[in-house]
Amino acid sequence: MDIREQIRNFIASNLVIYEDNAKFGDDDDIFKAGFVDSMFALKLVQYVEKEHSLRVENDDLQLANFNSVANIAKFIARKKAG
Amino acid sequence: MGKGKPKELKALVWDLDNTLWKGVLLEKDDLTLRAGIVETLKALDERGILLSIASKNNHGDAMARLKQLGIDHYFLFPQITWSAKSESLASIKEALNIGMDTIAFIDDDDFERAEVQAAHPDLVVINSTDYWSDYTKLLGEPRFSPKYLTEDSRRRRLMYLESAQRDHIEAEYKGPKEEFLQSLEMRFVISRATEADLQRAEELTVRTNQLNSTGVTFSYEELDKLRRSNEHQLLICELTDKFGSYGKIGLALVETGREVWHLRLMLMSCRVMSRGVGTIFLSYIMQQAKEAGARFLADFIQTERNRMMYVSYKFSQFKEVESGENGRIVFENDLTNIQPFPKYVSVVTPSTPREK
Repeated sequence: MDIREQIRNFIASNLVIYEDNAKFGDDDDIFKAGFVDSMFALKLVQYVEKEHSLRVENDDLQLANFNSVANIAKFIARKKAG
Repeated sequence: MGKGKPKELKALVWDLDNTLWKGVLLEKDDLTLRAGIVETLKALDERGILLSIASKNNHGDAMARLKQLGIDHYFLFPQITWSAKSESLASIKEALNIGMDTIAFIDDDDFERAEVQAAHPDLVVINSTDYWSDYTKLLGEPRFSPKYLTEDSRRRRLMYLESAQRDHIEAEYKGPKEEFLQSLEMRFVISRATEADLQRAEELTVRTNQLNSTGVTFSYEELDKLRRSNEHQLLICELTDKFGSYGKIGLALVETGREVWHLRLMLMSCRVMSRGVGTIFLSYIMQQAKEAGARFLADFIQTERNRMMYVSYKFSQFKEVESGENGRIVFENDLTNIQPFPKYVSVVTPSTPREK
């Protein structure tokens, strides 16, 4: 499973709305569209840290790093590259 | 433990055989409750200190005996099993959703106390043999004496039971989460703190660790002064649903200057975390600041336990404008993106006309 698919699955398992209504592309802003709630933010950060064994620093905690499948994947790749 | 006043405990977990009662259930002893037990359980319960059990026995037999003795209703999530008591304590902590350092465990058995302490170094462990002569001695100890008895502390056990009922229904619920949340008929009521709210307000500043922006505690007198001040708003919020009330679960202090609104403190009880209501309070204050045409700043002090609050601020697009020593941060939000209230909650604010 590639990294985007993993992220997509994780988000899909945390949706607040019914899956049939939640078609989101890799570039859609998941927070803006109301697909997830505020508590999901921390879950997402913890998921990224645990699944990819990296530490999300304060400076990394920008919405722009976490608001879409594509941006999360890019962020993980950048952190791993060091 | 450091110097200063001892930390107030939130829960007391009881062993049964030879601690709560004299004798061993399995050996068919003639069990009698230890001196002062009933009085002690009743008083702790009224003080809002949660009670539970970690005992190695048959669950059914032990619960039947507790019922016979008329004290079974005091205990939340009793763990009566044959597994290690350290595991029971872990389950209780999980179910109560409080820190291990706020839980005490009382047992007469040296081995059991050591086993539990080794697994949970932060847990407070009490030797019950010191209290066999009279358990009411516990009631005089500062760690079991919260400063105030509020409506929320009196109802605490009940609120856990209501919450367990909700969780059960949620687990059984087949539809989407939003539909479930909708079915709860939640009401989030924000109001100016009144004098009657001040004890609870102080209690919230002392008890809330994870969802607390600064960890600064305020005394009753300080809060009362701020409540009357024209340059501040002291806001408190309550969440209710069709099962009952979650109690007063959030507190915010805003300094309302002409040009700058400064959020000095914001905290929210962890009990409501899974209800998706976390941003309502913040959004309301941001809307008010925007209407007042003010800049919006927020104080934050990083602690080991409030990372969730940091993440919430950052994801609500707060920017760090100042950072000082000891994790002190001042955030600013330009108020262009304020998250709307979720559709499944009806929000009542100080400006909402009251229903007659």
